[in-house]
Amino acid sequence: MILHDLLSYEILRVIWWGLLGVLLIGLAATDGFDMGVAALNPFVAQTDAERRVVINTIGPVWEGNQVWLILGGGAIFAAWPPLYAVSFSGFYLAMFLVLAALILRPVGFKYRNKKESHVWRTRWDWALVVGGVVPALIFGVAVGNVLQGVPFTLDETLLPIYPGNPLMKLLGLLNPFALFVGVVSLSMHIAHGAAWLVLKTEGAVQARARRIGSWAGVATIVTFALAGVWLAFGIPAYQFVTEPDHFGPSNPLLSEVVRGGSWIDAYQTRPWIAVAPALGVLGLGSAVVLMRFWSGWAVTASMIGIFGVISTVGLSMFPFILPSSLNPSASLTVWDSSSSHMTLFIMLVSTVIFLPIILAYTSWVYKVLWGKVRPDDIARNPNAY
Amino acid sequence: MEFGLVELSRLQFASTAMYHFLFVPLTLGLSILVATMETVYVMTGRPIWRQMTKFWGTLFGINFVLGVSTGLTMEFQFGMNWAYYSHYVGDIFGAPLAIEGLMAFFMEASFVGIWFFGWEKMTARAHMIVAWCVAIGTNFSALWILIANGWMQNPVGAEFNPMTMRMELVDFFAVLFNPVAQAKFVHTVSAGYVTATMFVIGVSSWYLLRGRHIELARRSIAVASAFGLASCLSVLLLGDESGYEATHNQRMKLAAIEGMWETEEAPASFNLFGIPDQEARETKYAIKVPYVMGLIGTRSLNTEMPGIKDLVAQAEGRIRSGVIAYDALLQIRAAKGAVTPEVKASFEAHSADLGYAMLLTTVVADPKLATDAQITEAAWKTVPQVLPLFWSFRVMVGAGVFMLVFIGFMFFTSNFRGGRFPTWALRTAVLAIPVPWIAAETGWFVAEFGRQPWTVDGLLPTALSVSNLSIWDVALTLAGFVTLYSVLLVIEIRLMLAAIRKGPTHDIDVVEAWAAKHHPVAKPAE
Repeated sequence: MILHDLLSYEILRVIWWGLLGVLLIGLAATDGFDMGVAALNPFVAQTDAERRVVINTIGPVWEGNQVWLILGGGAIFAAWPPLYAVSFSGFYLAMFLVLAALILRPVGFKYRNKKESHVWRTRWDWALVVGGVVPALIFGVAVGNVLQGVPFTLDETLLPIYPGNPLMKLLGLLNPFALFVGVVSLSMHIAHGAAWLVLKTEGAVQARARRIGSWAGVATIVTFALAGVWLAFGIPAYQFVTEPDHFGPSNPLLSEVVRGGSWIDAYQTRPWIAVAPALGVLGLGSAVVLMRFWSGWAVTASMIGIFGVISTVGLSMFPFILPSSLNPSASLTVWDSSSSHMTLFIMLVSTVIFLPIILAYTSWVYKVLWGKVRPDDIARNPNAY
Repeated sequence: MEFGLVELSRLQFASTAMYHFLFVPLTLGLSILVATMETVYVMTGRPIWRQMTKFWGTLFGINFVLGVSTGLTMEFQFGMNWAYYSHYVGDIFGAPLAIEGLMAFFMEASFVGIWFFGWEKMTARAHMIVAWCVAIGTNFSALWILIANGWMQNPVGAEFNPMTMRMELVDFFAVLFNPVAQAKFVHTVSAGYVTATMFVIGVSSWYLLRGRHIELARRSIAVASAFGLASCLSVLLLGDESGYEATHNQRMKLAAIEGMWETEEAPASFNLFGIPDQEARETKYAIKVPYVMGLIGTRSLNTEMPGIKDLVAQAEGRIRSGVIAYDALLQIRAAKGAVTPEVKASFEAHSADLGYAMLLTTVVADPKLATDAQITEAAWKTVPQVLPLFWSFRVMVGAGVFMLVFIGFMFFTSNFRGGRFPTWALRTAVLAIPVPWIAAETGWFVAEFGRQPWTVDGLLPTALSVSNLSIWDVALTLAGFVTLYSVLLVIEIRLMLAAIRKGPTHDIDVVEAWAAKHHPVAKPAE
């Protein structure tokens, strides 16, 4: 196959770095509804009827939303195999917690209303809170650790190695900065879920969602800004001593990296990337305001905010993807941890074909389901959750 | 067997995969049956078909959720537990997984929600199309995952790159049209169709035994048995096709399934019964059926099929060749690629056997220093455990043949005897509901346990594929997954039984009125 020479290896790597971002943003923007709504449910809804309304706002779409996560896993595997290998085995127990929480979530949606029992339903409500809070928090904790570098190294056969015992490794992930980023992520998802509930519900539930959502939105902006300050002054970044060949083989050990400088330096060399944090603050700020006055657009504003926040992380670190604190030269970067030229090209072709189709039918699904969810809709539909 | 990191990781993968595959086959088949029923409803406008669609749809929904949930683990545990595998073959193996997400998962998951919630929000025709989108998406996902799995059994279209220390894709179409993958795809989805058939027939028979929901039950059996009969034939035919492919690509697996230690004169016989003994390297108490194995395996009367001992001798040769590749690779790596053309040529000539040198590293730290005895020991490691393979294969085939006969009988009775099913057949149908699951699980066991000691046949030994985790990491998650999944399985089965006991809840009055008008005598004798 000669076709893949149409795009250079370097360009394909940058495109796939961008697509990695698109997937993470897609995940937070759609599955974020589910996480936020599941986390908020017992707090915005008191009676069983209210709680069913809340759950049914995402009832028809959570399955599709969750595919962003599955696709994210698959795409990282295909386009960034070393990243897939190092991150998921490195965050092993944290990944298990995320999976267990995510497994509880769909089961909770589906099974909660299968029995009349109050105890049964309340139990599932709290399982859903866990299913919403844990992933949202851990995604942020993971990002917080990636920004600081993760204690792994690669042996000469490129086997990822993480010294230390399992418990200490898990506790190591829960360091103050990472937990703080976890709070940014959690409040961002809660604000996003609240914006969704303001759009899809009415009455008391809507009012509570609006109140909690506004606070969560403000909390996200404040913690996001504080995390930026912390990052600027307290977290050393990573720099190349010898930069890898942008067209070279994907072997992280071929370049030399040291710790030093600050991720904030990127804003001096590439000032235009300041657009990302600005969009983050602007989007979330508008969401807070719009939730009060023009609720239809709050979700869109919140999505823009999510786009800004996640892009900020990626753009500040570029070209680093997963730095190693233990052996900086083993750090994974855009230039040395991708798939082969041919695989990146084939995957890009598949994405160009299928992503627009996915967006088309996803939009159609949301359009069909447009409008408020009301208690009598649920009573009429025996398949409702 | 010593229980270390590798064994625990394998146990975790096997248990999560086998749990996952409790739900998948039913989803595969039921999605098509439900879409078919809905199509009949749209074409005829008869309410009974809408009732059937909704009833089986409800059961489909309960099952679908657990398929999705347990599938989540599958997508991530390659990276979690099999980091070296992920690094080593991710360039090829990751692509079908990602395309599966793009092409199939999104489709089934986006449409399944709207199928349940959209009955009143669109026309009947649009809703039927949604049902087919779910069914097509589900089946496409099986296609891509089996392309990935097929590559593990028959790794085509890839080459080792010494600079990146991994296998890299060189021919995507070879991976796509891998004959093993194609045969496995049809075999697996057909097995899913048979599973749904046995489920629908079993549940419907229970209603007939109780004299409940006669209209629904009879029609369900009629649709399912026609669909199931075709699928059953396809499973057995394509199972045979897999056997034929296995002779080309995985002769060791086939020889182990057969308990065939010595190469027999063509055409080889088939062991109907026997107790394979791994230590003594023979199969005791064998009852042989002449010619059959040779015919299945080679489709000829005069092609010889190699036995285990001859295959081990061949493996020894590949190990010796692999050591040469390994030596050249070390030189290439030390010089960062700047080596003499002779070294390069020597690597290229032997790189296909590199995996065999890696297998040798599980016996001796430095393959170059291996003694003849150690090479023989490594060669014998290419033989999987014969006894469990031998018997699970026979259980699978037995279950398959039983289902073919039984579904054939139900089809015949349904179509040519006016649906007057004898009571023993209805009772058998209820009792036989677990049979397709037994066949599916033993089938996967044969396919994957028989692939040992490799994760990717001939390329990467299982022992080297694992992540650098501690035993406690894996023990903890294994216990966690098994507990979580078992609780969910119990809940699922109880909800299924409750939904079945309750029966259809939609269109009750309409269907009764319609049935009274059209089939006034359809009530059974109590």
